[in-house]
Amino acid sequence: MTGTWLITGARPLGGEPADVLIRDGVIAEIGPGLDAPGAPEAPGAPGTTGAEGAADATAQRLDASGLILLPGLVDLHTHLREPGREDAETVATGTAAAALGGYTAVHAMANTDPVADTAGVVEQIWRLGRQAGRCDVQPVGAVTVGLDGAHLAELGAMADSAARVRLFSDDGRCVHDAVLMRRALEYVRAFGGVIAQHAQEPRLTEGAQVNEGEISARLGLTGWPAVAEEAIVARDCLLAAHVGSALHICHVSTAGSVEIIRWAKSKGWQVTAEVTPHHLLLTEERATGYDPVFKVNPPLRTAEDVAALRAGLADGTIDCVATDHAPHPLEDKETEWQAAAFGMTGLETALRVVHQAMVEPGLLDWAGVADRMSSRPAAIGRLGGHGRLAAGEPANLVLYDPGPREAVDPTVHASKSRNTPFRGLMLPGRVIATFLRGRPTVLDGKLAW
Amino acid sequence: MHAADRTDAPRRNGPPQGAPAAAASPRGAPPRDAQPRDAQSRGAPRRAEAPARAVLEPVEIRRALTRVAHEILERTNGGGDVILLGIPTRGVPLARRLAERLEQVEGRPVPAGSLDVTMYRDDLRLRPARALGHTEVPAEGIDNKIVVLVDDVLYSGRTVRAALDALGDLGRPRAVQLAVLVDRGHRELPIRADYVGKNLPTSQRELVRVLLTEIDGQDAVLLGATPDAAGREGS
Amino acid sequence: MNRHLISAGDLSLDDALLILDTADELASTAARPMKKLPTLRGRTVVNLFYEDSTRTRISFEAAAKRLSADVINFSAKGSSVAKGESLKDTALTLEAMGADAVVIRHSASGAPHRLAGWVRGSVVNAGDGAHEHPTQALLDAFTMRRRLGRIEELRVTIVGDVLHSRVARSNVLLLSTLGADVTLVAPPTLLPVAVGSWPCSVGYDLDAALPKADVVMMLRVQQERMNAAYFPSVREYSRRYGLDAARMALLPDHGIVMHPGPMNRGVEIAAEVADSARSTIVEQVANGVSVRMAVLYLLLGGAWETGEQR
Repeated sequence: MTGTWLITGARPLGGEPADVLIRDGVIAEIGPGLDAPGAPEAPGAPGTTGAEGAADATAQRLDASGLILLPGLVDLHTHLREPGREDAETVATGTAAAALGGYTAVHAMANTDPVADTAGVVEQIWRLGRQAGRCDVQPVGAVTVGLDGAHLAELGAMADSAARVRLFSDDGRCVHDAVLMRRALEYVRAFGGVIAQHAQEPRLTEGAQVNEGEISARLGLTGWPAVAEEAIVARDCLLAAHVGSALHICHVSTAGSVEIIRWAKSKGWQVTAEVTPHHLLLTEERATGYDPVFKVNPPLRTAEDVAALRAGLADGTIDCVATDHAPHPLEDKETEWQAAAFGMTGLETALRVVHQAMVEPGLLDWAGVADRMSSRPAAIGRLGGHGRLAAGEPANLVLYDPGPREAVDPTVHASKSRNTPFRGLMLPGRVIATFLRGRPTVLDGKLAW
Repeated sequence: MHAADRTDAPRRNGPPQGAPAAAASPRGAPPRDAQPRDAQSRGAPRRAEAPARAVLEPVEIRRALTRVAHEILERTNGGGDVILLGIPTRGVPLARRLAERLEQVEGRPVPAGSLDVTMYRDDLRLRPARALGHTEVPAEGIDNKIVVLVDDVLYSGRTVRAALDALGDLGRPRAVQLAVLVDRGHRELPIRADYVGKNLPTSQRELVRVLLTEIDGQDAVLLGATPDAAGREGS
Repeated sequence: MNRHLISAGDLSLDDALLILDTADELASTAARPMKKLPTLRGRTVVNLFYEDSTRTRISFEAAAKRLSADVINFSAKGSSVAKGESLKDTALTLEAMGADAVVIRHSASGAPHRLAGWVRGSVVNAGDGAHEHPTQALLDAFTMRRRLGRIEELRVTIVGDVLHSRVARSNVLLLSTLGADVTLVAPPTLLPVAVGSWPCSVGYDLDAALPKADVVMMLRVQQERMNAAYFPSVREYSRRYGLDAARMALLPDHGIVMHPGPMNRGVEIAAEVADSARSTIVEQVANGVSVRMAVLYLLLGGAWETGEQR
């Protein structure tokens, strides 16, 4: 059972300081000058500040002066690696990392081993999440059996399972067969599901290592052309419109994709999209030292792409930030480039990167951050109970100190893996506390247990 | 790479950049014989930028070379089997000048070439890798010949030691002799010159600089207090 | 000059000229009965060849031995590497053996970069994936200079599969540093998308380019490329981009023909062209030893910090 918490002086969505009263896992009240139960102030009354809580001795207090208060972050795209690659990450370590990043819910992608393509596997992952208890784990179901791209997986069974899967994705692979993609989009309408596409035309990207352009030409690495993403994005938007279904585009990485999605939305089609923190900050230039910590799929692209992605996130064309947290053990990254695995960790740095890339340049305010990193992902994932900061809602929230500026140090990360491209980079901010249904998972910047 | 090392190589770099500012003209040089050189060089405190003074004027250099040429002819019975090999950089024009003089006297050309010893030095690992000088051995080769190595300054003797090793890999001379314009003492190896233009006792804190018209635009032998930035080690 | 030679682009004009001038001097030692110089005595050069390449390896081996260095050959087949040992572990082993220089050929672009992070010695790139092959470019430039007397403003045309060619990349970089005028000729499918940003011109018509070429360098074309639809057939490729006797006649009188080898006689180059007087293919091999001697001397012959004794 969770106790009562009184958080004082926080700035909800970056606004004026207010107090938050949490009771029985729910936000009891948000407003200035709250007390513990006994004599709550009438909402809207001019604040007599800090009237000390008279009656409730069990209320724990947290002084959050100067801290930004956001609804607990929701990640639509995480790789927890369990089952199958527990050397890289487990549900326990991954959710610990998530909590430290301010997340209260993550969607665990299906490219595990065995693949999460049956009710059995998704339920196993769901239970592991509940056992670890630091962050809600919402399993994502595979679209095709074994990610083979040829046979639909039992989407209905997964939807009906205890895990209540609504988001389906073959992420890691593209559902490139147009007929199969159409069928998947149609099929999930029966239960309000969403297909999330990893847009990568496989034939145009065989052996691809880095963005196709100047850098790939100079480094002698096979290029991954932007058109291989954009062609699939365009096709799938049209398909989704044609069958009247909901499409989500994973990790959008090119300016062209942003334009296509903007056009699709202007037609009123049910298309949503996400962008990763690394695609908001880093460009292909990072590859020039051949350090595979910068190797990722889709690849880091040009400065023009970064600018378009930021603008797209700011104006809502891109609905949300999703980390695509992809942990890899050292031996999969400490090699020559083309032998290395694709992927970067991201849960513990996401909010700080978005702060740097979007808030500092004035592209997004904290309310916008809450929207893109909590509310909209919760809506897209059909995840009730997350994404809203209001009285009566479950107390899923994060307190963030925007002040400090520190270098990213992967050796203190909770994730089992150290492959962060931000190693050594100075980033603003620090997550101070995370609450999951009224219970703190992170306090004072460290795991609460 | 250190471009400074390349300025010694005469090819491809356009006009030689040799002449350092301090040596442009020996200012305030005392009249030639006015002061015993020993007294001046031994431990006298010097300002860091004391200009170098000339210890050999052009006419003295000419006379010394002429005398050396005659000595070579005397000791090699007319110079018939002699090959002159100058050690780059300044040994090379000196070898050529000696060859001219020998030809003038004997009426017969004497082959002259160059022998770069960089690859045989014993001190390579103390500095970044040096640019190589040019090696040109006359067509007749050195086997059974009298090779006269020619260099501008004889100092520690290590350069000559390296030259002997280099010669050994090129063939088997009947004899090897050494001609230098200046012998400044302080040998570190049992090496001695057969022909010396001028004996110049120096302190190890002093720097001997030889200038030759072919490379530096003028002839002079200068003695200075401290090595400047592009200071050369002696032979 | 850097302690590693990984990319031709790392060489400044001075560095490049120093290597070529040094190679000039060292070339004359090849004519002597005693071909050895004592300069790198006590140094250990390791040839780490993950790709089969007898010629290049032997060239480096000869170069090292002529400088009296000790040579250790590590070839991928039948070694711990074949059993799956990682590049990093191999590097640490070499480091423990005291390698002063590692000459590495690898199929992955960037392998020498990674190696340089794990060894203290000098890394010489003998060809990494499609990235670079700097000593090849150096010996090519050396050959051009010897044959034609200069490189500045020389018009060099490189023909063939530029997209997959490390030789092309290194040559474009080095030749433009040395002041040559480089033109690439290939079907559009075999040119990188971003080739427009390279310091060279691009053309698709070989016949038009040849009369203005002081040097034409033919690149090897792999027949497998046909299967990935880079060109429709070997016949069409050869017709449009092969150097036969008729095309060779289009070259200016002094024009020379080069090829990094190994050649596909009859595909990119006709047999009679390869064997003609204009061809430098055989002397490129000898020049390779001189150039590699120069590189090894400049990297290993001195100290990297003044006073350091290694």
